[in-house]
Amino acid sequence: MKILVDYDKCTGLGICESLAPDHFEVNDDGDLVLLEEHVSDEDIQAVEEACAGCPTEALRVER
Amino acid sequence: MAIEKFVVVGASLAGLRAVEAARKAGFQGEITLIGAESHLPYDRPPLSKEFLEPADGQPDPPYFREESVFADELGVTLMLGRPATELDVEARVVRVGTDQVPYDALVIATGAAARHIPGAESLAGVQVLRTLDDSLAVRNALDEGARTVVIGAGFIGSEIASSANKRGVEVTIVEALPTPLVRATGTEMGPAIASLHERNGTSLRCGVGVRSIEGLDRVEKVVLEDGTEIPADLVVIGIGVTPSVGWLEGSGLRLDNGIHCDETLWTGVPGVYAAGDVVSWPNPTLGVRQRMENWTAAAEQGAAAARNALDPGNAKAYGTVPYFWSDWYDVRIQHVGTPDADEVVLVEGDLERAPATDNRWIALYRKGDRLVGALTVQGQAEIMKYRVQIMKGASWEDALAHAARRREAHAAKLAAV
Repeated sequence: MKILVDYDKCTGLGICESLAPDHFEVNDDGDLVLLEEHVSDEDIQAVEEACAGCPTEALRVER
Repeated sequence: MAIEKFVVVGASLAGLRAVEAARKAGFQGEITLIGAESHLPYDRPPLSKEFLEPADGQPDPPYFREESVFADELGVTLMLGRPATELDVEARVVRVGTDQVPYDALVIATGAAARHIPGAESLAGVQVLRTLDDSLAVRNALDEGARTVVIGAGFIGSEIASSANKRGVEVTIVEALPTPLVRATGTEMGPAIASLHERNGTSLRCGVGVRSIEGLDRVEKVVLEDGTEIPADLVVIGIGVTPSVGWLEGSGLRLDNGIHCDETLWTGVPGVYAAGDVVSWPNPTLGVRQRMENWTAAAEQGAAAARNALDPGNAKAYGTVPYFWSDWYDVRIQHVGTPDADEVVLVEGDLERAPATDNRWIALYRKGDRLVGALTVQGQAEIMKYRVQIMKGASWEDALAHAARRREAHAAKLAAV
């Protein structure tokens, strides 16, 4: 399972970072950095919540 | 009782997330989504931000999903432009005018309506901003170069003023309170954030009320309590919202600053849950009863209320560290947690200088020995680290130590450039 980010939509609001901080981080320029694109079974729930929590619908998980 | 009919009243973000969550949870019965506005569900944050900014031609309305998604992918019957008029909890029916929509499980997500100034509603050029139609009207007036007065220096009013300012139109904000944004950010940071207006050429008048909004058919001027007259072609009123519960009077639901619910967003009436701006619920994460008016809560509550309504035996509490953001004059303001604090400490930044990459404003909110809130301006890299800390119940001491480490690291990084 892999995270896909649509950087044209993302505005760095950061909700994903608060829900799945091992995978997402917003940098000093306000841009999203994908820390870890692969998602383990253990992390999938948090990552899915992060994707659902994105106000710009910029995130999804490819299974 | 087997649940065969799931009904959602309110076709905005919370309502949309409710129907999507129902299907995601495997619900196979009928779903009806009832909405007062004729539009497909759309996203509200852009309406006071980028939707108002200069553009070539009319921007596309921020619809969440195309109509075919509801019909084909979600199997949802839409009743749009059809405000619900009554709830009968005995018969388990929502009345929509003369139509009756029976439910086994119901999520109410009717949101909130913008407050108006009584008497000013009938004057052309006087607007609230809550709906897509409101935003289009404001946008059209700005296109024509309207001299703009914004009443209320809260976040919505400030975003509108910032957008108007970008158009190069004359814009004045009038705020009755001596200090703006206190309820949302506290007495320390409210004035600092409000200073962004004057730094960017928007006039801000605080501590003076509006005596009248005058004009024949169209608005011509706003008269303040001190006699000042401000000529205006467009007046936008941003003085807050009222939960949309009028249709529920007499239904038996407990109404008290919205629909009074428990931790699982249950109203206490069998089968009836609520979500979004309309719900007042005890937030277990912060241990206080709250009614939120933000995107994140509406999205999460919509989904949570649907899951609980469809499987009440396994209903889960919904808790959150509140989050909102606001974009003005190309800076981003973000707040997590609660502004209700014993102390607010600026841990980074110089409030006398405009916020920038080398001058991030970061304030932390303490209650007892806990971190309960954080506010940043141009601190996108920092804000969510505090949201995580608040979720984990971080101590004030740990939060200050974290802030010091981050401040030093950021300074070192800037020095190296």
